[in-house]
Amino acid sequence: MGNRCAVIGVGQTHYTTKRRDVSIAGLVREAAVRALEDAGLTWKDIDAVVIGKAPDLFEGVMMPEAYLADALGAAGKPMMRVHTAGSVGGSTALVGASLIQGGVHDRVLVVAFEKQSESNATWALSTHLPFSASLVVGAGGYFAPHIREYMRRSGAPDHIGTLVAVKDRLNALKNPYAHLKIPQISREMVEATPMLWEPIRYLETCPSSDGACAMVLSSEKAVTGTPAWVLGTAMRSEPIFRAGRDTVNPQGGKDCAADVYRQAGIADPRRDIDVAEVYVPFSWYEPMWLENLGFAAEGEGWKLTESGATALDGDIPWNASGGVLSSNPIGASGLIRFAEAALQVRGMAGERQVDGARRALGHAYGGGAQFFAMWMVGRDKP
Amino acid sequence: MREIAVVAFAQTRHSAVDEGLGEPELILPVLDEVRERSGLRKFGFTCSGSCDYLAGAPFSFVSALDALGAWPPISESHVEMDAAWALYEAWVRLQHGDVDSALIYGFGKSSQGDLREIMTLQLDPYYLAPLGLDQVSYAALQASACGADRAELDEVVRRSRAAGRDNPYALDLPDPSGDGYEVEPLRPYDVAPITDGAAAVVLAAGDLAREVCERPAWITGIAHRIDPHYLGMRDLARSASAAEAARAAGVGKGSLDVAELHVQFSHEERILRQALELPDSTVVNPSGGPLAANPVMATGLIRIGEAASRIMDGTASRTLGHAASGPCLQHNLVTVMEG
Repeated sequence: MGNRCAVIGVGQTHYTTKRRDVSIAGLVREAAVRALEDAGLTWKDIDAVVIGKAPDLFEGVMMPEAYLADALGAAGKPMMRVHTAGSVGGSTALVGASLIQGGVHDRVLVVAFEKQSESNATWALSTHLPFSASLVVGAGGYFAPHIREYMRRSGAPDHIGTLVAVKDRLNALKNPYAHLKIPQISREMVEATPMLWEPIRYLETCPSSDGACAMVLSSEKAVTGTPAWVLGTAMRSEPIFRAGRDTVNPQGGKDCAADVYRQAGIADPRRDIDVAEVYVPFSWYEPMWLENLGFAAEGEGWKLTESGATALDGDIPWNASGGVLSSNPIGASGLIRFAEAALQVRGMAGERQVDGARRALGHAYGGGAQFFAMWMVGRDKP
Repeated sequence: MREIAVVAFAQTRHSAVDEGLGEPELILPVLDEVRERSGLRKFGFTCSGSCDYLAGAPFSFVSALDALGAWPPISESHVEMDAAWALYEAWVRLQHGDVDSALIYGFGKSSQGDLREIMTLQLDPYYLAPLGLDQVSYAALQASACGADRAELDEVVRRSRAAGRDNPYALDLPDPSGDGYEVEPLRPYDVAPITDGAAAVVLAAGDLAREVCERPAWITGIAHRIDPHYLGMRDLARSASAAEAARAAGVGKGSLDVAELHVQFSHEERILRQALELPDSTVVNPSGGPLAANPVMATGLIRIGEAASRIMDGTASRTLGHAASGPCLQHNLVTVMEG
């Protein structure tokens, strides 16, 4: 894992459907400035910038790191652009952390964003390479069959997805940055919304958001303020078309979790982790990932959700921030998970703080449930 | 820093036209080749570089994992940049000390679209892209600013194309001729050709590198820097970021036998020679460089691979591989390798 690395600053924008008041540069700069303020640093304290976002087609700007170098104070410094599909926000944090773990830099600014209002992500996702035509529209069209297969295998009752949709929106009410704020959210309200992709209803999906998230990462000797220590990092990828791969409970996710738990000394995730920020863009992915990440045995994840264990007052809160279901600037969604995990162990999560959180998991996935990025952060130096 | 070396390099026989191969088909042979040369089947880390806009679809890198046969699942990442930056990311990852090998690849099929116009989309979308300035036009601005004379540019192209004809992987292009302009002062032959292709590199650390390669190309310095985006913010006649990257990579610490430069327009050679402070004794682009084959997103990685090959084949003892990105050499990466 290399040298010690810590998160010393987090900055987020208020996620919303359309940020008409800022350019893309203004959006990323807003998050970066807040992260610098949190760390008590200025632009000149930063050695390198790593930026991530989902496909360039979402804004119609190719390789936008070239254009964003100026706004992110990167001129004269090294700058990199990461793209690993939906997991990119997580991967961006990991590439930034790697620069510190590898002893190359002392302070790295990582930024991820999406300004979904610049285009239509569903249709940007529905353009395919020649000769690999797809019959699905958008990410929901792709993942709905996986969810139906999970329900078939596990025998989970139909209302589990609804429970997650309600729980994450209740958490969002405590997060000032969350996009969806629905004070009257209830099972009845979720169940009354239109069916988009069986079994996914409108309120069981993530919103389309504009937003950016940034973190300042630091080496041990350059720490300022309150650090969240990186206890483990891992990425895993597997081929989308491999015959026999289990798309419902992917091997890549299991291996990635095993790797990051080994580094962080996690034997039993449910017992040893205090709070998890997990990439759940469709409600049913909570029980599915509970199993994939080892919080529950195979086929048992939905029982954990149903018991309330993953609620803010449960024994293993998942997505105290409201999660992807409440805010989804796609390319930033993974980085937000990683940043929220850091805020929790720094004790800086405000109303959504999980009391006494010492160890937190940040998780992101992407592509056809084939790209995984995870980290564990902790209050105590490893 | 930990000792890391290039131990294998492979590239496609690049093509000026779409040969009907999909991206995974383009990559598979070069992946097989570096596996065979290094004798390694598994790698501690894998990283690639490509660009969705060349394919005109999101996630153009996803199907590459099928060519890779990424099973069991692998530790892998991707940059939406030239694969030279994927090599940089892999070099950083190897510095952690827990893994000893990395596979890097890049690919691009610029034959599929209008590269000159696609590159316009790389500009600031509010203030620059709407002007419709295409890639050759902004390169021509830089060519004017640096004041390169016609005879010098012609010689760069003549030398690059001649070297390319001797390189089985590069295109077969004739000596430059004709006096029309693409965009003044650039003639059509000053512009790197549209090319499809792919390349792969294996990096290995310390003893593993010595074990799998007779003469590893040890990376003694690697660094990159980015300049401001706006052309008006820069002295276009110079490349501050290339000069700073060269200093950080320790280019001046010894003499260089060979420099492979990411010259997509002939005038860029002059700017880069100055920024990197290359003496006349350094042989520039013996492969022909991008003016003889420019598979976008692999071109920079190929510069590193070609420079490493001169060390691995024993014909050079200290070489440089350079990669560039962004309009008018905005972003520059410099790698110094020694035998």
